[in-house]
Amino acid sequence: MVNIIWVMLTAIGIVFAMINGTINEVNEAIFNGAKEAVTLCIGLISILVFWLGMMRIAEDAGLLKKLASLFRPLVKRLFPEVPGDHPAMGYMLSNMMANMFGLGNAATPLGIKAMEELKQLNGGKNEASRSMITFLAINTSSLTLIPTTVIAIRMNYNSASPTDIVGPTLVATFCSTLAAIMIDRYFYYRRTRKG
Amino acid sequence: MEIVSAVSLWLIPILIGFILIYGTFKKVPTYESFTEGGKEGIKIAVSIIPFLVGMLVAISVFRASGALEYFMDLIRPGLDALGVPPDIVPLAIIRPISGTAALGMTSDLIAVHGPDSFIGRLASVLQGSTDTTFYVLTVYFGAVGIKKMGDALKVGLLADLAGIIASIVIVTLVFGNM
Repeated sequence: MVNIIWVMLTAIGIVFAMINGTINEVNEAIFNGAKEAVTLCIGLISILVFWLGMMRIAEDAGLLKKLASLFRPLVKRLFPEVPGDHPAMGYMLSNMMANMFGLGNAATPLGIKAMEELKQLNGGKNEASRSMITFLAINTSSLTLIPTTVIAIRMNYNSASPTDIVGPTLVATFCSTLAAIMIDRYFYYRRTRKG
Repeated sequence: MEIVSAVSLWLIPILIGFILIYGTFKKVPTYESFTEGGKEGIKIAVSIIPFLVGMLVAISVFRASGALEYFMDLIRPGLDALGVPPDIVPLAIIRPISGTAALGMTSDLIAVHGPDSFIGRLASVLQGSTDTTFYVLTVYFGAVGIKKMGDALKVGLLADLAGIIASIVIVTLVFGNM
């Protein structure tokens, strides 16, 4: 999918350049685009290093585990088919906490572990269970607490207030997660009514 | 809406202070832990360079050729009626498909429109409040061999749509349509 979009953007751009006579601009854009991407990534290093450093302290201090146990009662209600003390619950909670703190790399293996456990709970079948769909819905709606990368980009482009989007992002994330849960519930009831 | 702005200002310093004090209290070697975790940050920043180079070049070409403007003008009338800025549409489309591609688009929008413009802020919130549905779906289901995805894709994409709508509404409420 990305492959198609990527080729389309470039190819359509080149065709347009021929028609519009903007080939000079396009030539310039190729080199400027590449240069800008590298500059941006270098700029991202500062915040990423700082944030992931902080998060390592939080992890080593057991803060993520603590938060997970705080959220457990709430998350338990979202997954009525998963026993509260099942390892799947633990993995799902850790995955959500890691996502919340922007630790995408740590979140993925935890999420896969959770899926493995959920699959076993579902009798090892190769179809998605109700809990799996709920877990995915929550994951795709993003649980970011602090959008560090976005803040870094804004700083790079000299924003007067790079963090002023934190509050709105939190509210938007909350809304989208809530919507994800409701959409997931709706589809579940539709399935069961049919079946 | 003032609360939302206050949260923006205070959340990060308070969180950092709390983590440091809590870590010290739990006898974590804070400085060593910090530097260990920080190394990971360098790895991530460097590893996304090829993704961003590829995507930013493609978008730059698309924009410089005049193609972007052409398509924007096509969809503008319909979106204006809904209060959706057309510039955000490419980002909204690519966000569920590829995280790094979306990151490239977000930085492009911020670079072109300015970080403190309406579009710049909307792109920032959008990037932060939704996730890559296709990636999560492929990786998580692929890793454990789930073939029948059921409603998962539909639910994920609808959740993304909800996130997009929420972002537009909230950014308009907090920062106003500029």
